[in-house]
Amino acid sequence: MFKKIYFQSIFFSFFFTREAFAAESGGMPQLNPEFWVSQIFWLLLTFGIMYLVLSKLILPKISNNLESRKSQILENIEAAEKQREDSDKKLKEYDEIISKSKLEANSIFNQVREKVLKDISSKREVLDKQIDNEISDAEKEIDTLRKNSAEKINKIAIETSSELLQKLIGAEVNNSSISAIVEDLSKRNGDKYYGN
Amino acid sequence: MAANPMSQFDVYRIGPEIKVGAFDISFTNASLFMILSTVSILLIFNLGSKKNSLLPNKIQLLAELSYTFVSKMISDTAGSKAKPYFAFIFSLFMFVLFCNMFGMIPYTFTVTSHIIVTFVLAAFIFIGVTVIGFIKHGFGYLKLFVPSGVPAVLLPLIVVIEIISYLSRPISLSVRLFANMMAGHTMMKVFGGFVISLGIVGGWLPLSFSVALTGLEILVAFLQAYVFAILTCIYLNDALNLHH
Repeated sequence: MFKKIYFQSIFFSFFFTREAFAAESGGMPQLNPEFWVSQIFWLLLTFGIMYLVLSKLILPKISNNLESRKSQILENIEAAEKQREDSDKKLKEYDEIISKSKLEANSIFNQVREKVLKDISSKREVLDKQIDNEISDAEKEIDTLRKNSAEKINKIAIETSSELLQKLIGAEVNNSSISAIVEDLSKRNGDKYYGN
Repeated sequence: MAANPMSQFDVYRIGPEIKVGAFDISFTNASLFMILSTVSILLIFNLGSKKNSLLPNKIQLLAELSYTFVSKMISDTAGSKAKPYFAFIFSLFMFVLFCNMFGMIPYTFTVTSHIIVTFVLAAFIFIGVTVIGFIKHGFGYLKLFVPSGVPAVLLPLIVVIEIISYLSRPISLSVRLFANMMAGHTMMKVFGGFVISLGIVGGWLPLSFSVALTGLEILVAFLQAYVFAILTCIYLNDALNLHH
């Protein structure tokens, strides 16, 4: 169907075109030299002007633009590369500083610890000595006090008991007899009071 | 008139007749589209080169991509020696491309569908390349016609063939572009005529053909501009780097 139409149309077209050609009495208008000179003239004029404007004004600008973009991109890439290197270097420096300072901090810490430990031990020794001294002093005092206390107590007991007796009986009692009684009593009750 | 597929190539005067001596240089529809093409090229590339932003906008990107496209094409085919001719080849490529593309808009005129236009361009290139070749290499440029490694018996024949092929360069260059443009546009016109003549029943098939042809023709328009420019580069390469 389509084929038939296609061939028919070609046939018809030949028919029509031939008629048209006959009517126009032309052939190809391209081969008519009437306007050849005009076409050449206008071609040279327009093309010449276009060539001049393009080559002198526009194309240098475009190439300039392209070059400047290229160089700018290259510069940017270079700058970025440089900055990256810089940052790498700085990162390395930073790492070095960090590790160095860590070591330093460690050593300082160790030194300080040792020093502090020494100080502590020396101070402790001094304090221990002082404490020991004070303890021994106190013990001595206590001992003397304890030794003296029995006599004093006996004395006080004798004196109070003599005064008591004097007030109660109104008679003068011989101190020696009282002291003998007190001593006897304190010996008996000594165990009760002192626990020894 | 509209039924004639060749009437789209008619050149007609716009405005008064201008004569310089015996020559008629009247402003025609061809002149109009040449001016349109050049003005739009200049406009686009001027806009595309005005601001130099690090991040290009669309029109700047377009200009810069075209620039790098053409410059890569030249350096690939003709090497670094062809750099001084970059502006010319760039203008040539853009001019042919824009003329071809303007021709793809309905009711427009295709400048490059005229043999005289393409022939003038090709002849200019041919003469220019030959002059460059003789300036660069003196009479050594004639070695171009004597390929190395050819048996002495065949040499006369080969030299004749080489000379003929060299001399036919402007013709092949101009006819290629002109014929492609003319054939494509004629074909589109013919198929467009089918749509009308076959009417609502049978017109769909040529219509679809027309749509497909439009795509193809846009491709051809670009391709022919590219071929034109790259052949110029190849000819330039022969003139600049003589090693045959």
